[in-house]
Amino acid sequence: MRRAKGVYGMRQVACIFKKLKKNTLLHGVISFAAVFVSLLLGMVLIRFMGIDPLAALAALYEGSFSSMKSLLETTVKMTPLLFTGMSYAIAYRCGLTNLGMEGQLYIGAVVGTAVGIYVTGLPGGIHVPLAILGGFIGGGLFGFIAGALKVWFGASEIITTVMLNTIAMNFAEFMVNGPMIEPARSNSQTSPVLESAQIGKLFEGTRAHWGFIIALCFIVLFWLFLWRSKKGYEVRVSGLNRQAAAYSGINIEENILLVMFLAGGLAGLAGCIEILAVQIRMVPSISPGYGFDGIAVALIGNNTPIGIVLGALLFGAFRAGGNRMQMRTQTPISIVNVIQAFVIIAVISSNILLEKLDEKRLKNQKQEG
Amino acid sequence: MSIMNLISGYLASDIRMATPILFAGLGLLIINRSGLLNIGAEGTMLVSTLLAVVGSYYSGSVWVGLLCAVISGALMGLLFAFFTVTVKANQIVIGAALNILGSGLSATLNRIIFGVSTTVTRFDAFTNIKIPLLSDIPLIGGALFNQMIPVYAAFLLVPAISYYLFRTQAGLNLRSVGENPRVADTLGVNVYRLQYMSAIIGSALIAAGGAYLSTGLVSSFSEEMVAGRGYIALAAVVFGKYKPGGVMLASLIFVAGNVLSNILQVSGTPIPYTLLTMIPYVLTVVALAAFAKGAVAPASLGRPYKRG
Repeated sequence: MRRAKGVYGMRQVACIFKKLKKNTLLHGVISFAAVFVSLLLGMVLIRFMGIDPLAALAALYEGSFSSMKSLLETTVKMTPLLFTGMSYAIAYRCGLTNLGMEGQLYIGAVVGTAVGIYVTGLPGGIHVPLAILGGFIGGGLFGFIAGALKVWFGASEIITTVMLNTIAMNFAEFMVNGPMIEPARSNSQTSPVLESAQIGKLFEGTRAHWGFIIALCFIVLFWLFLWRSKKGYEVRVSGLNRQAAAYSGINIEENILLVMFLAGGLAGLAGCIEILAVQIRMVPSISPGYGFDGIAVALIGNNTPIGIVLGALLFGAFRAGGNRMQMRTQTPISIVNVIQAFVIIAVISSNILLEKLDEKRLKNQKQEG
Repeated sequence: MSIMNLISGYLASDIRMATPILFAGLGLLIINRSGLLNIGAEGTMLVSTLLAVVGSYYSGSVWVGLLCAVISGALMGLLFAFFTVTVKANQIVIGAALNILGSGLSATLNRIIFGVSTTVTRFDAFTNIKIPLLSDIPLIGGALFNQMIPVYAAFLLVPAISYYLFRTQAGLNLRSVGENPRVADTLGVNVYRLQYMSAIIGSALIAAGGAYLSTGLVSSFSEEMVAGRGYIALAAVVFGKYKPGGVMLASLIFVAGNVLSNILQVSGTPIPYTLLTMIPYVLTVVALAAFAKGAVAPASLGRPYKRG
């Protein structure tokens, strides 16, 4: 009897998957249109400031894509976004809303920095992976807290992750000002991480680093886990239809704990690698909102691996080119945030319109049949 | 006498600093009670802190500043309501977008209007109004009855909103929408209209908190000056068990730690303020875990309602 129920659940789920695949291309088109409309709105806003929007756009492009140097700078800004995008997406795939990426990023950075400073006498080949592992586990455990509160106490992860963000940022500030402060200095910063723990540059004389390649490897792992492993399949089923998942004997609670750990770990890597490769030492504000940017990255990318890469490319380019735009045309870089908010709203509402259209079509078909 | 002064001063600054959070908490409470979950208070407050300064700077009256701020809040509320109630988009994501929008918009507009490096400080701001007789009460008089008008307003709103929510038909309708919109709809309550109204009015209140922050508590605007108060307000509502009195108590308790750490720092006792700042958030996480099974939140909080 149980088994029959299980089969039924799986078939239902397979049906949902088929429908999803058909929508992937359409989703791509919609995301593109949403980005285009948002950019247009941003340009209108820039026009209102009395700045030539085309000059601003040109400077934005120049700072992000036009030369090898600016392209490499874009990869630097992309790296944390790839991780936070994956963090939001993996939780979303399990039906969870992880808004705690910013906090998990900070905890990952603190742990990574600690391993990078205080573990001594290791060769680079061991020290770097160890520090990265530390960042992953640190962020992961912090994400796990939200998962545990949900599974064991029924507390919504949406609010707890928001609260945990501030806790983490304050904790990081405390560590940087207190236990981890650079000896004999009064600035709020830690010592630089040891040379053996620093992630190398891809090319001498640029800021591009191996962390970007690591992030791309994680994109592959992200895909392998969610779409090519049994556990990943279970996670996606839990996200799509909790009842069907429970019918087919999937342990949802265990999956929530696992996914929140992985999501936290991915966000932790964003912070950890940012320290080991770019900032070298920890200061109280290491992220201009990479955690929250992850929401937009995952949304544009429809929570798929390729989509996340494209989303991170877009916002990484904004962050890299935004500086140039500010210098050249006096357009405040904060306009990037405004455009980003437009993108989120545009993508999410066009998705809903798409669903409504689908529903209508289905209804019409039923009536004809 | 000096101990008395100290306590009085402590109480006064606790009340003063709790006010922006109280405004935002009460606004969020009204929004939450209608079943909408808005995590975008931080962004709404950010925009309003700037617009209050802009309005006051150009008109010469802090009241015009407040009006500008409240209107900006109402518009943010309208935006939220349109996308969550009409379009039925995910409320969390729209809230997160509002935060990003508020952060970007306030910084961008500030640089356009006032320039990159200048901080405007010379404009009309709220001043303390001493209430005769009452302010002469020893110990609490100076703390309770020598404050700015928005402070009085915020604390008077507590019984007012409490009365509205729990003693009037309109309040009952609002709560019923938050608990079970379908039943409310069947009984003839216009669910969408009420959700729109509460999102707009609630966001306007949140914005009033932002206005008081930049034209009362301090009189200047700086980027990201809300500094997480929008999130503390979110915490205050949960910790206050979705009741106006509870929100007030939570705001006062949450701020008390900060005020205490300020005083201790001035007097030379070094307690890291970062650890004290954490307290409200830790308390809220604990409270969430403890109350979750008791289900104090409105039953349909965060779920879009579809008629028919």
